[in-house]
Amino acid sequence: MSPDNYVYLAAILFTIGTIGVMIRRNALVAFMSVELMLNAANLAMVAFALARGGLDGQVATFFVMVVAAAEVVVGLSIIITIYRTRRSTSVDAANLLKL
Amino acid sequence: MITLEALAPVAATGMFSYAWLMIATPAVVAAILLLFGSILDRIGHWLAVAAVLFSFSIAACLFAQQLQSAPDARAVAVPMFEWITTGMWHISAGLLVDQLSILFALLVTGVGALIHIYSVGYMAHDERRRRFFAYLNLFIAAMLTLVLADNYLVLFVGWEGVGLASYLLIGFWQHKPSAAAAGTKAFVMNRIGDLGMTMAIMAMLALFGSSAFTAVNAAAPHLEPFWATTIGLLLLLGACGKSAQVPLQAWLLDAMEGPTPVSALIHAATMVTAGVYLVVRSHAIFEMSSAASTAVVVVGCVTLMAGAWIGSSKDDIKKVLAGSTMSQIGYMMLAAGLGPVGYAFAIFHLLTHGFFKANMFLGAGSVMHGMDDDVNMRHYGGLAKVMKVTFWTFAMGYLAIIGVPGFAGYFSKDHIIEAAFEVSTVAGVTALIGAGITAFYMTRLMVMTFLGERRWREKVHPHESPWVMTVPLIILAFFSVVAGALMNNWIQEWLEPATGAHVQETALMPGPIGWATLLVVASGIALAWWIFGTKPVPNVAPASGNPFTVTGRNDLFGDLINDTLVVRPTLAVSRGVVTGDDRIIDAGADGLAGVFSGLSSQARRLQTGQVRAYALTMTIGVVLVGAVLILTQLA
Repeated sequence: MSPDNYVYLAAILFTIGTIGVMIRRNALVAFMSVELMLNAANLAMVAFALARGGLDGQVATFFVMVVAAAEVVVGLSIIITIYRTRRSTSVDAANLLKL
Repeated sequence: MITLEALAPVAATGMFSYAWLMIATPAVVAAILLLFGSILDRIGHWLAVAAVLFSFSIAACLFAQQLQSAPDARAVAVPMFEWITTGMWHISAGLLVDQLSILFALLVTGVGALIHIYSVGYMAHDERRRRFFAYLNLFIAAMLTLVLADNYLVLFVGWEGVGLASYLLIGFWQHKPSAAAAGTKAFVMNRIGDLGMTMAIMAMLALFGSSAFTAVNAAAPHLEPFWATTIGLLLLLGACGKSAQVPLQAWLLDAMEGPTPVSALIHAATMVTAGVYLVVRSHAIFEMSSAASTAVVVVGCVTLMAGAWIGSSKDDIKKVLAGSTMSQIGYMMLAAGLGPVGYAFAIFHLLTHGFFKANMFLGAGSVMHGMDDDVNMRHYGGLAKVMKVTFWTFAMGYLAIIGVPGFAGYFSKDHIIEAAFEVSTVAGVTALIGAGITAFYMTRLMVMTFLGERRWREKVHPHESPWVMTVPLIILAFFSVVAGALMNNWIQEWLEPATGAHVQETALMPGPIGWATLLVVASGIALAWWIFGTKPVPNVAPASGNPFTVTGRNDLFGDLINDTLVVRPTLAVSRGVVTGDDRIIDAGADGLAGVFSGLSSQARRLQTGQVRAYALTMTIGVVLVGAVLILTQLA
């Protein structure tokens, strides 16, 4: 089978994720966009693995999912902490990390 | 000029292999005195005296052995160790005990021992006496290294060593700013002379491949005239620095800030005569260059007049003696520059001067001791009655220096004047007039100090010094009387192999020049007596418009000349350099730093803290990298 359509879908998802990170102010939405990018990459990898008839793409995807789960734990706790202290999850408001 | 073939020194045997102990003993004692601290306060000075006496006994034994051996076996080489071995250079350190160096060793250790003993009394109430004796011993060790060295590099070690000891001792009373400054001045002015010394040694190493006296003496006759003149003038520069000859004379008068025994030992009897030793030791080079030896004569003549001039116009007893020392060393330089006719006389005068000048300096110290350290002769007067020993011993030195027949200075100075007339009338007349001025200022000193009415300050009770001070005075006075007659006929013959000069006839009875000298000396005495002996001496120096007096009181404006010619231009140059450093180099560095600091404060605006902006930047970057990768794949 041809992976073309899967790759197109992955590209579209990745682009949506990228644009979401860049334009959304809400940290939660930006975070979800990051997840979307990760899953777009996962989809592309699975599609390519299927096309090549190997399993390495699937295995790598599992790794990415595990790492993403861990990242979600850390990321969400940071967002919650920021929300608690600032009563807002806007990434533009959290701009203290500069000179 | 006919010179003898230089004889190679024989190898050391027996006593001679222990010659190094002469240097090692005072050096070790100096180290002990400095390192072991106050536990040696009570006996340290006697330890130092013992060390010098030990060195003197070795020197005396070696001298006795030399007297017994055949004339061609008297110069003994004592190799010690390989000093420098690098590349093509092999420089060994060794001692050369020959006819010339043994006389110096005897003078240094003999007069040195007497002055050590004298200092036990003179420095009795100084809480830093142990340190003083450590420095004195250090000086003895360095001076012996200087005169016993068998090559110029080892000589230079001693040369610097005596410079160090001189610096430490001039500035010994360091709580006095003037003493500290005088020490620094002597040190700095000596560096100028040392520049000449080092350059001369480097030239010798480059030309001869060795700095050993034997090698230099053997190779000197084949030297090109240019190099002979260059090395000769550089050595003369070194000698001028060490011996306080014009134009490097200004430090000696300030050096009188040191304790009086130091002035007697270092700045009269031994160290300041090292320049004369250097010239005589390097005679082979000076004989190859008439320009260099003429320069020595000129320096000698100028200094003998300059010193006498200063001596005539000072009221400070030590400065009169210092001027006189300059003047007498001028005589020695003059003799050393005359060529083979003068070498033996230069050394002769050096030895007799060592005795009578040390005698008079110590006498001056004894007077100061009794007068509560007052040095102004206008506050003395009539001391002959209360300080009998000092007066009579001083009188012996006085008669010796002005050249009264039979006393030491008569023989040595008369020979120099006669030799000077043989070579050049100008030098001869200068030496003759110098003898008259010597008589003038020494008579002035005697009259103002010991004769006439008492002009003492209140609460000053002059008294004779203790025996530790008077015994050395008596011994030195004895030699001031007899040294000349003892050595008169003997010294030329003795020094012949070392200086390569033939013996000349010297008559005991004065010749026509001798009578002329006596006449000039007598008129000098008469003039001084007429001015200072027949009228009361004013308590303060009368203001004088006489340019001779003004110039003399200001040390011939030596400091002014140095200030104008050297110090101020140097200061101006260094201020200019500092300004240049501040305005150009520092400003450049600061400007560069400012540029970078400005750039970085602009660059830091990129850091906005806006996460979305960072995300955008990252995305653009990734897109760019991706585009480049794809485009290069396509190309």
